[in-house]
Amino acid sequence: MISLDDPTKLRQVRDQAHQVAMNMLRPISRRYDRAEHAYPKELDLLAAMIDGLSESGASSGAGASGVKRDASRDDGPAEGGVRNGTNLASVMSIAEMCWGDVGLLLSLPRQGLGNSAIASVGDPDQQERFGRMWASMAITEPDTGSDTANIRTTALLDGDEYVLNGEKIYVTSGERSDAVVVWATLDRSLGRAAIKSFVVPKGTPGMTVERLEHKLGIRASDTAAIRFVDCRVPAENLLGSPDIDTSQGFAGAMATFDNTRPLVAAMAVGCAKAALDLTRDLLEQAGVTVDYDRPALVQSAAAAKLLQMEADWEGARLLMLEAAWMADNRKANAMEASMAKAKAGRVASDITLSCVELCGSVGYSEGELLEKWARDSKILDIFEGTQQIQQLIIARRVLGLSSAELK
Amino acid sequence: MFLTKNLRPGGRNGVASHESRDPIGYAMAALNRLAGSDLLDRVGLRKHAEQTVFTVTRGGFRTATTAGRVFARAGRGGQSGVRAAVAPSRGVFDLTPTDDEQMLVDVVTELATEVLRPAATDADTACAAPDEVLSAATAIGLPLLGVPESLGGISEERAVMAGALVAEALARGDLGLAVATLAPGAVATAIATWGTDEQQRTYLPAFTGDDVPAAALALTEPRPLFDALRPATTATRSDDGLVLDGVKSLVPRGADAELFVVGARLDDANVLVLVESGADGLTVEADPAMGVRAASLTTLTLAGVQVPASAILGTTDGTSYAECVRLSRLAWCALAVGVGQAVLDYVTPYVKEREAFGEPIAHRQSVAFMVADIAIELQAMRLLTWKAASRAAAGKDFAREVALARKLCSDSGMRIGLDGVQLLGGHGFVKEHPVERWYRDLRAVSVMEGGVLV
Repeated sequence: MISLDDPTKLRQVRDQAHQVAMNMLRPISRRYDRAEHAYPKELDLLAAMIDGLSESGASSGAGASGVKRDASRDDGPAEGGVRNGTNLASVMSIAEMCWGDVGLLLSLPRQGLGNSAIASVGDPDQQERFGRMWASMAITEPDTGSDTANIRTTALLDGDEYVLNGEKIYVTSGERSDAVVVWATLDRSLGRAAIKSFVVPKGTPGMTVERLEHKLGIRASDTAAIRFVDCRVPAENLLGSPDIDTSQGFAGAMATFDNTRPLVAAMAVGCAKAALDLTRDLLEQAGVTVDYDRPALVQSAAAAKLLQMEADWEGARLLMLEAAWMADNRKANAMEASMAKAKAGRVASDITLSCVELCGSVGYSEGELLEKWARDSKILDIFEGTQQIQQLIIARRVLGLSSAELK
Repeated sequence: MFLTKNLRPGGRNGVASHESRDPIGYAMAALNRLAGSDLLDRVGLRKHAEQTVFTVTRGGFRTATTAGRVFARAGRGGQSGVRAAVAPSRGVFDLTPTDDEQMLVDVVTELATEVLRPAATDADTACAAPDEVLSAATAIGLPLLGVPESLGGISEERAVMAGALVAEALARGDLGLAVATLAPGAVATAIATWGTDEQQRTYLPAFTGDDVPAAALALTEPRPLFDALRPATTATRSDDGLVLDGVKSLVPRGADAELFVVGARLDDANVLVLVESGADGLTVEADPAMGVRAASLTTLTLAGVQVPASAILGTTDGTSYAECVRLSRLAWCALAVGVGQAVLDYVTPYVKEREAFGEPIAHRQSVAFMVADIAIELQAMRLLTWKAASRAAAGKDFAREVALARKLCSDSGMRIGLDGVQLLGGHGFVKEHPVERWYRDLRAVSVMEGGVLV
C-alpha cells in the first residue's frame, strides 16, 4: 500500500536526531567553522551517547554505519512484507543531524565513511576487529578523482603482509580517526578488478598525515592528505575477498557507494532544510508567506521561490527515502541511490545559495548561519561521486550502455 | 475612419494593445487583407488556388449546449450522500501498489498502449476522441473509479491513489485522450465525494449504466494570472434558487457534455454547482488549444443560468471547492508523470539508434545527461504525486503536498517536454514523431484547473 509519509516507528529516531542537532550541534556550529582544524571535543560525549543508544537498540543507525544489505542484519520485522529498517533510519537521522551541522556530523567519532565500508564489505571477523574503531576513507589521489579505477596507490603481498605505497588526499577525519580504509591496487595492469580496500590502523609505520586542507565549507571536519611509504598491514586487513575477479570488476569496491550515496543525499537534504527553515521564518517576519493553494505566479517572487525550493527539496528527500527503502527491502538500488544524490546535491546548492540571496545581507553575514550552509553544501555535490558521475551512472542504466560506450 | 479603426493593430493577432502602425504598416495591413479576401480568386488574380483546411471544431461560432437527457429526480435533498471510507494508513513507508491497484494499472496500461496511443495523432488533429476509445474506457469502468460500490461504482475505499495511478498509466498512452476519457469520471467522482443523497440518486445511475453521459468539471476561466480560488463566475441567490453568470474555459468535451460541475463565487465563498446542459443561458464554443486537443476543449458561457438551490454540490463555505481544486491538480500531476514517462520511453531507444559523427548520439554526455535528468526529475515528480495522493486517500491534509507536486510537475514536466523535442532535433519538430505533441500537452499542467479529478 503506497504511503510516503515518514514511517511511524522511525519518527522517534528522527525527532531524537533533530533534538541532538538543535541542542548539541547548532550551539557549536559557528565556533568550529571559525576554528578550522580544532577538534570539536564536545563530539566525544555525543559519540558516547550514540554508542549507548545503539547498544540499547533505542537508535537504529543514528550515524553512518547501518548500511549493509545482508540477511543477517536486523532490519526489523517486515510489516505486510515491507521493511522500514536501518537504511531508512540512517538517512532520516543523518538528514536531521546535518540540519544541525554537516561538518560536525562528518567529524562524529566512529561514524565515518570508513565504518560504512567495513560494514558493507568486511567479513564477520573484520567487523569484530574493526567495528569499534573510527575509520575514515581514503580513495582520492592527487591525480585521480572521479576516475577511481585509475588509482595508483599499490598494495603488494609480501609474506603475510601487504605493503602500501602512494598518496591519498581528501581523507575526511584522516587525522582524528583510529584507522583509514585505503583503496589500493594489487596490480595496475589488471584494472579495476584489482582494486581492494585495506584497513590501516593509526600509528602504522610508513603512514604519515602530510597536511590538513583549508576549505570552502565543512570546516569543522578535518580533511587530510596522507602519504604511505612501505606501509605494512596484515593480510587479514584486506576487506572482502583478495581474489582478482575480472568478471566481477569493480562491483565489490563500488558496492560501498551504493550504500553511502543515499547518506550523502541525506546530508544535502538536511543542510538544505536548515536554510529553508530559517529563510521561511525570516521571510515570514518580513511579511512573506506561502499560500499553497494559490498559483505561485500571483504571489510575491520570494514566495514563489520558496515554493519552488520546497518542491525540489521534497523531491530530493523522497528520492533519498526511496533509495533507502529499496536497500531495506533488498532491492538493487544503484540507480536510485545516484538519483537521490544527484537531485539532493544540486537542490542543496540552489536552496542554500538562494536563501542567502533572499535574506540579503542577513544571509551573507556571519551573523547568521545561512552563508555557512551555502559554503557547506557545495561539497555534497562533489564527494562520493560528483553530480556528473551520478548522471553518468543513471544514463548508463537508463540507456543500457556500458562504460566503454558512454564514457 | 472605418478602415483605420478596423486596422488598429492592438488586441488581436497576438499584438499587445499599445502597438501602433505607421503609414507603411497601414498599407501592408491593407494589402494583407486583400490577399486574404476571395476578391483575388473571383477575378482570377491568384496564381495558385489555396485550399485552407479548417477542422470542424475550429469555429468561433457559438452554439447552445447539447439538449441532453432528463435526469430523473430521486433521493432526499439536504441529506448527506454515501461517502467512501478513507483507506487508513498503516504508518509504513511503502512504494508498492496494492494488488487491486496493480491489476487496474495493468488493464489501463494495456488500454493506453493498444487503444489510446494508436489513436492519438488523428485525435489530436481532429480535436476529438474517437468513439471506440471512449467506449473502451467506459467498458473497463473508468468513469466509476471514484464512485463507491454502494452507489454502483467499483471502489470500496476512497480511490484517490488508484485514480492517480490510472491517470498516470492512461497519459502514458496519450494525454488528450486520457482527459477525454477521464472527464465524465471527474463529475461522477465529484458527486460521489460531495453529493447529497438526492444528487447521488439523480445523477449517478446515468454514470453506472451503459450509456455514460459526457460530463465536465469546469473550473478554469479565460484571463491572465487566473487564480482558481478567485473565480469571476458568480452565483447569485434568487427566489427560484441561484443565477449563474461567467465564462469557463478549457472545458473538456463541453459540446457533448450533458452535465457540468461549475465553480462559482457565492456570498464571498467558492462553491461547486451542478448545471445540466439543457439550461437556458448556457452556450458552448469550441476552443482548441495548444495541446490536449483530443479532449475537444471548449469555452462555456453562463449568462443568467437558473439552477435550483439544491444544485450546490458540497459545502457553501469554500471547503469542498478547495478540496476539488486540489484533487484536480493532483490528477493533472499524475497525467504529467504519465506523459513524462512516455517521453523517456520514446527518447531512450531513439538516442541509441540515431547516429551522428559515426556513433549513436547516446554515447555523448550532453545527450546522455539530458536523458539522465529526465529520469531523475520524472521520478521526483512521481514520488511527490504519490505522496500527495496517498495522503489524500488516507484522509490526511494534502494541500502542501499537492502544491509541491504541482510545482515540480509544472516546471520539470515542461522541461521534459522541451528536452524530448530537443533530443530528436529537427525530427522532434515534425509530426512524424509524438514528442512535439507531448511538448504541447505538457504546457497544460500548470494552466489547467478542473477537467479531471481523482
